[in-house]
Amino acid sequence: MVAHARADHPDEACGVIAGPEGSDTPLRLVPMINADRSPTFFRFDPSEQLEISKQMWAADEEIVVVYHSHTATEAYPSRTDVSYAAEPQAHYVLVSTAESGREPGPVSVRSFRILEGEVTEEEIEVLPAPDAQGETE
Amino acid sequence: MAVEVRIPTILRTYTGGEKAVSGQGTTLAELFDDVEGRHPGLRARIVDEKADSTALRRFVNVYVNDEDVRFSGGLSAPVADGDVVVVLPAVAGGSL
Repeated sequence: MVAHARADHPDEACGVIAGPEGSDTPLRLVPMINADRSPTFFRFDPSEQLEISKQMWAADEEIVVVYHSHTATEAYPSRTDVSYAAEPQAHYVLVSTAESGREPGPVSVRSFRILEGEVTEEEIEVLPAPDAQGETE
Repeated sequence: MAVEVRIPTILRTYTGGEKAVSGQGTTLAELFDDVEGRHPGLRARIVDEKADSTALRRFVNVYVNDEDVRFSGGLSAPVADGDVVVVLPAVAGGSL
């Protein structure tokens, strides 16, 4: 997620991490196109989103994480982010590249639940890589 | 035969948790009317009932057999037995 956010800086980067349905386990990183290609907005490309959704449907997966970057502001959901949040099972991860841009350096990564307009921050725990390999394209 | 409608997680409260429901109709509008009879409240989350009859809600993407219906007639898009209709919430946001 951080590498994707750096690569797309100063535009916002976005994507999902899929995992087995009901497992709450993020296993497969899927970087998505930001159809808006904007430093202040992101939108999944509707055809790409359909494609990913069909893959997940066939594999009994669901979206475990929805991530996107903020490139000039903090890693906290904006009002726009909250108004669009429509994946109740998902963790919304924000990456801020405001400090270091495309360069190696400090980034902020924070995770939230967004349910019915209510934002709750949660701790991110870094675990050893699971056996199942995620995509790393 | 019928039309399969795949329901996103956030709308499964209207379908008793079912991931997909089936319905009948010759257009998307008829299909959502038919499904509404068994799953009340679902249509209003997909169709903008305040606007004209071809309007889908802004935050929702609907596909008939992989075709985004925004480019194929919206609610008047034709459907037929065996078609698969996918409903997905738009995923978007921004820093403003």
